Parts: sequence; structure tokens; C-alpha cells
Amino acid sequence: MTLLKNLAVTVLVGIVLLILSYRIGSFRDYELAEVAAYVTAVGGLTMLVGISGQISIGHGAFMFIGAYVAALLLQHLHWPVSLLIIAAAAACAAAGGIVGLAAARLRGPYLAGATLMLAVALPEIAGRYQGVFGGDQGLDINVTVPASLGANFQLTQWLAWVSCLAALITLLLLANLMRSRVGRSWRAVRDDEVAAALSGLNVARLQIMAFVVSAACAGVGGALLAIVLANVSPGTFTLTLSIALLTAAVLGGLGSLAGAVWGTLLFVFVPSFLTNVAQSHGLNSSASSSVPIAAYGVVLIVVMLVFPAGIQGAVRRLLGIAAPAAGAPLNVLRRQAPAPDPKEKTTTALVGTAPPEKGKGTT
Amino acid sequence: MKRSRTMKIAPVAGLAAIAMLAAACGSGGGSSSTASGSNAKPGASAPGITASSITIGSTQPLTGPAAPGYSEISQASEAYFQYVNAHGGVFGRKINYIVKNDQYNPSVTSTMTRQLVLNDNVFADFDALGTPTHLAVAPFLNSEKVPDIFVASGCECWNAPSTWPQTFGWQLDYVREGKILGNYVKTKFPGQKVGIFYQNDEFGLDGVKGLSYELPAKSIVAKEPYDATNTAVGPAVAKLKASGAQVVVSFSIPAFTALLKLNALGLSFNPTLVVSDVGSDAITLGGLLQAFAAQSHKKVIGNQLTQGIITDGYLPSLGTVSTNTWLQLFQKIHTQYISKLPFDGNVEYGMAVAYSFLQAMEKAGKNPTRADLLTAIQGGISEGAAVSPYAYSSTNHLGATGAYMGTIENGVLVQQGPVLITDTSPTGAITSDTTPQPPAPASGIPTP
Repeated sequence: MTLLKNLAVTVLVGIVLLILSYRIGSFRDYELAEVAAYVTAVGGLTMLVGISGQISIGHGAFMFIGAYVAALLLQHLHWPVSLLIIAAAAACAAAGGIVGLAAARLRGPYLAGATLMLAVALPEIAGRYQGVFGGDQGLDINVTVPASLGANFQLTQWLAWVSCLAALITLLLLANLMRSRVGRSWRAVRDDEVAAALSGLNVARLQIMAFVVSAACAGVGGALLAIVLANVSPGTFTLTLSIALLTAAVLGGLGSLAGAVWGTLLFVFVPSFLTNVAQSHGLNSSASSSVPIAAYGVVLIVVMLVFPAGIQGAVRRLLGIAAPAAGAPLNVLRRQAPAPDPKEKTTTALVGTAPPEKGKGTT
Repeated sequence: MKRSRTMKIAPVAGLAAIAMLAAACGSGGGSSSTASGSNAKPGASAPGITASSITIGSTQPLTGPAAPGYSEISQASEAYFQYVNAHGGVFGRKINYIVKNDQYNPSVTSTMTRQLVLNDNVFADFDALGTPTHLAVAPFLNSEKVPDIFVASGCECWNAPSTWPQTFGWQLDYVREGKILGNYVKTKFPGQKVGIFYQNDEFGLDGVKGLSYELPAKSIVAKEPYDATNTAVGPAVAKLKASGAQVVVSFSIPAFTALLKLNALGLSFNPTLVVSDVGSDAITLGGLLQAFAAQSHKKVIGNQLTQGIITDGYLPSLGTVSTNTWLQLFQKIHTQYISKLPFDGNVEYGMAVAYSFLQAMEKAGKNPTRADLLTAIQGGISEGAAVSPYAYSSTNHLGATGAYMGTIENGVLVQQGPVLITDTSPTGAITSDTTPQPPAPASGIPTP
């Protein structure tokens, strides 16, 4: 039943977007495609952080992998778009599995640090192997409109279709997964690893799996972004992107796919909207380029203060819908690293008391 | 249980749809109209051109790592256009210059350029800055047949008339510059060992290509690349020292010229330093040297460290403001519109390239189409604010063809010898440009 209902809603949204794509003009089509690409990645990330309780500041790196896999396959093997996206997802799932192996052993700030390293280091590969990845200039990725749509069909509209379709399918799969037995297990692990393990759940395997799924989503997002931008270059996949993705997930409301959409809209549109406002008020270009950054910061602070459960949390409250049974997902970020092993607790205690003793000794 | 779960998904997905709708209408004013030449009003001969205005766009790094210095360029161009608008415009049309901040990030460049073309309906993309950033959008601009003129980068790659007919460079390309610097080193320091320090991208590689056309292979004892993202150039400088290089030629941006100089000082390594134009603006460089030295709690005087650096210039030296009519014109506009900015090489660049745009527009005629603009540029643009003639033709889309050599003395580039012009081929000769630079029109507006 859940599956059927989700499917119906997805089809409905798809139809709305399809109609929309005819009515909004080329540039809005392009923006629609871009937003759909980011939503895919943010959706996977919000699942990872909000549902499975792991953090990643490195999802830009998975988008990087997805984008380059798509670009290379198109350039050398001329694969069709659908296969490019699937291949990008598969490659990122594999990469996510490897990162997940490490992630399952790391907690809190250590996991954040490890994924941060990934975001910083991976795009450098493109500069090291210029022959394959084209260095700073990157690779061109030119998708053409299928001939069956006619010669005058706008490329941007076609890209919007591809991007929205891929995003909707990904979100549908994610929504079902999050409501399934796996999703419930992730929540159990997130809330209390010890209790989950005692209930017979394989904590490490579940955590790796969450990373695999989430990375695959980022891979799809990366491939879509590459197709939409018509170019992949390392400058696109900076640390800023990784942090922006996480910001979008948190702003929208962790663990909520609708929240992922809200958050993405905020980070895609608020800065450019503020720039337009600043420019139309006659600020000179250096001021009108700095003011939006400051104003964006203010928006982020205000949203987090006013809607601590993210925008989707606020929407739920407004519409009187109960929050998901899983509780406030934001706790994930505040929660201290759990100590499933009693031995670890003793070590922490020992370390905690050590410095004063040392101090006594030296004085 | 099952029911309650499905209940939650429905509104969530519905909201997603609304959100997407909001996305589509996001920053307002979405219009799908595209101006067409045939049934347009009189005077509106092309997208972005009305009876009273010409709308052009650009992407520039106004914030982010590339912003210091470079953010002045579009402000200087804008000041020049304001000046022209106040004096009658181009065939009575005022220039409306839309500058988008791409933060030197290619993905932002992609979005901003599409906004300029698809939403703002610009007539042309003018002086978009940066090699990696602009490479991301050149295919798009060409497929949309939008004039992509005077890219602010010396990459030889803009010269691709058959694949990118819409794209034109403007400033002296790095291959020509490499040849001119290499030729200078070969003649002035014969038999000396030469080390090359270069940025590991098209900028540095094109420069090294030009150098290798001129310098004998056996005289080059070391080639050390650096990445623009990694400021630890110590090992590279140590290798240059170990190679015994007596002359170091540097294709670097200002920050890395400063790092090269400071690291060499630390190693008591004092080769003759030859730096490309991009990395040698004396005012920028002096400031950076002082700032970097201060970070390690050392006090240096910028002008002392830049003293004697050999470089080239394709625009008139700022030291000649008392005699050069172009610099006098630029300084007048600078004082009137952007007096808060320093009057440095970036401001000079922004105004000089704006002047070339006006030349092209005047030449394109009273009611120009986009094709007219391309034909005008391919027909050749007469020498203006740059010290050498432009190379534009139907088979060549590069701009300035030459530069003079000079040394930095007391923080000012002093020209030595004539303007040297050449081509981008390995064997093309380097000759003196004997025709003097024409004076600037008193009005600041070119005549067609």
C-alpha cells in the first residue's frame, strides 16, 4: 500500500513538473534541472544523517565521482543518458561502501573529519591526472535532445525532464526504503546502538548500507549536475559544495525528503535572490556581491532559531501533522559519541582524570 | 500502523511538488520570450538591443579567492560605459552592463551565464573572466550563437574559429608572451642556465610552450610547476636553486610570484627574475609581499623586493601617465566614477577592454545583429589602448599580438626597448612594432 501510494504521488508530481516545464521558459527549465540534481544528493544525505545517524561532510566528493564517471563514459563509450546515471550510481555505491567501512568504525567528530578529508582531497585527483580528467578545465559533457522530439525542442527542457525524472525515481526509492524494515533498523541504530545490537541488528552492516545508498544518491545527483552544466571540473566540487549540501539537509529538516527539497531551494535561490535585491537597490557591484553572503548567513541563523526542526518541521507543525515516530532528528548532531563498549567508558574516565594527577606530580 | 505511515508520505510529496513549483518561479520574472530579428521593433535588431539600449553581460569573481584585484576589472569597464552613456552612447544607445558574480567557480559560471543568455537576453557575453570558468560555458555560448567576446584570459584555446566561431580572446595570449620573454632571456642572458616556475594549468602550460619555442632546450635546467591551491612552494624553489638556474622565468599569478620571491630570499637564492605580465602588477605584488612577510612576522618593503623584476606589458605602463593619452583618459574616468579603487593595472585593463568593445560595436553598424558583431571583429579592430595591433581575422580569434619588455623600478614598470610583436607558431619571428600607438580620442569614444 505504501509503495502504491508513494508511486501515485510521484506520478502526480511528475505530471505537474511536466506541465511546468512547458510553461516556465528556458532558464527556469535549466534551474529546475539544477535543483532536481541537488535535491537527489541532499535527499540521500538527509537520509544518512537524519535516519541512520551518521554524518558526512564529504558528499560533494561522491557527486564528483558520479559526475566524472558520467562524463568519461559519455566521452569514451557514448553511453545513453539513462545508463550514465545508473553507472554513476553504481560507482558511487562502491565508493560509498569503501567509505562506509571506515565510517562504521568512526563516530561524531571523527566521522565528520574523515569525510571532510574526502571532500578536500578527491577533487585534487583531477589536477594530478590531467590526461584523463582534463585538469582544472575539466571535461565537456554534451547531451543532445532525442531526434524524436523534433529539431526545435529546447535542450534545457529536455534536461529538466531527465533531471526531474531521475530525482523523482531516486526520492521514491528512498521514501520506500526509509519506511521499510531497513529504515526502521536505521532508526533503531541511530537512537541507541547498544539496544539495536541487543535486538539482533548488525549495526556495522546497517551503517555501511546507509552509506552505500546515500553515496549512490549523490552519484546520481553528480551525474545529473554534470549533464545539466554540460561540463565537469574540479572547481564545481569544492568543500563549499559539501557543506552546502549538509546545510540544505539541516535547514530543510534532517531525515525528511520534503525537507531536502526545501533546503535545496533555499541554498540555490536565496543567494541569487538576495543578489538581485542588492543590485536593484543600486549598491555597487562589490557591495552587492558581499551583502548577499552576509544576508544568507542571517537567513540560516534565523531559520535554525525559529525552526529548530528545519523548515519541514515547521510545515508539519503548521499543518498539524505529527512528526515522524522517529523523534527529533536534529539530536543526531548534538548527541555525543555513543559508547557501546563499557571498556571505552573506563578509558574515557581514566583519560579524564589523568591530567590533574600529572599536574600534581610536576608541582 | 500502515495507514498512518502512508498518511505522512502524501503531504510530503505534495509539498515537494509545490516546492518545485516555487523553484520554477523562484526569482521571479520568468519569461520565455526570445527576441527575434525579423518581426522586432525598429532599432531592436537583435536580442539585447533596443532602440535605446544595448544589454551585455559578464561573469566575474567579485568574491572568493580570485576577487582581490580582479574584482576591479568589471567596475572599471562599467565606469567606462557610464562615461560613454553620459556622452551619447553608441549610436544613441546606452550600454547596460550586467555583471554576475561567479566566485571563480565553474558551476556558478554555468548557471550565471545561462541566466544572462536565457533570462536576461544579453546581446553578448563580454570579458567573462578566467580560463577554467569560461571553458565551462564556451560550448554553451557557441551553441546558442551568443557572441562571446574578449574573454579575460590569455589562453590560446579561445582561438578556435571553426569549433567556437563566437569566441574571441583579447589580451596578449600566453604563448606569444612566453615567446617574447624567452627571446629576451636568450638575447640578454646568453648561455645562462634557465629555470621555469609555472602554474600547473593552461595558463602556465601555454607560457612554457611559448618559452620553449625560443629558448634552446639545453639552457632550460629545471621546470617546476605549482598548483594554485597549494601555497607550499618551498620544495619547488629549492629544486630551482639546486638546478643552478641563473635566470628564473615565472608564469605565475601575483600571489605565487610573491611566494617565489620570498622563498628564494629564504634560501639566499638570487636569480634574475623574469615574470609574466599577469603576475607582475607592481602595486599588487608589492602589497602581497608585505602581507606575506608580515604573516611570518618579518617586515619587508614591497618596492625593494620588486625592484629589478623583469616583465612585459601589453598595455601602456602606468608610469607613463604624464605622456600617454590613454592613461590620461582612463585616469579622468577613474577620478569621476570609481575614485575609491586604486588606479592600477586591473582598472587599466577593464577600461582598455571596454574601449575595444566600443570599437567593435561602432564597426558593427547602426542596427547590428549578433552576426554583424562577429563580422566586425573578424574584419579587424584597429589598434587602441593596447600597445600592439590586434590579430583578429576570420581565421584568428586572438587579440593583442605583442608587448614591450621592462623592469620594475621603485614600484613602477619602466619600459625598455620597443614593442615586440609575434605570432603563436613555433617558428614565427619576433619583430619590433615601429608604428607608434595611436593617441586616444579626446571624447573617449571611438569613431567607426
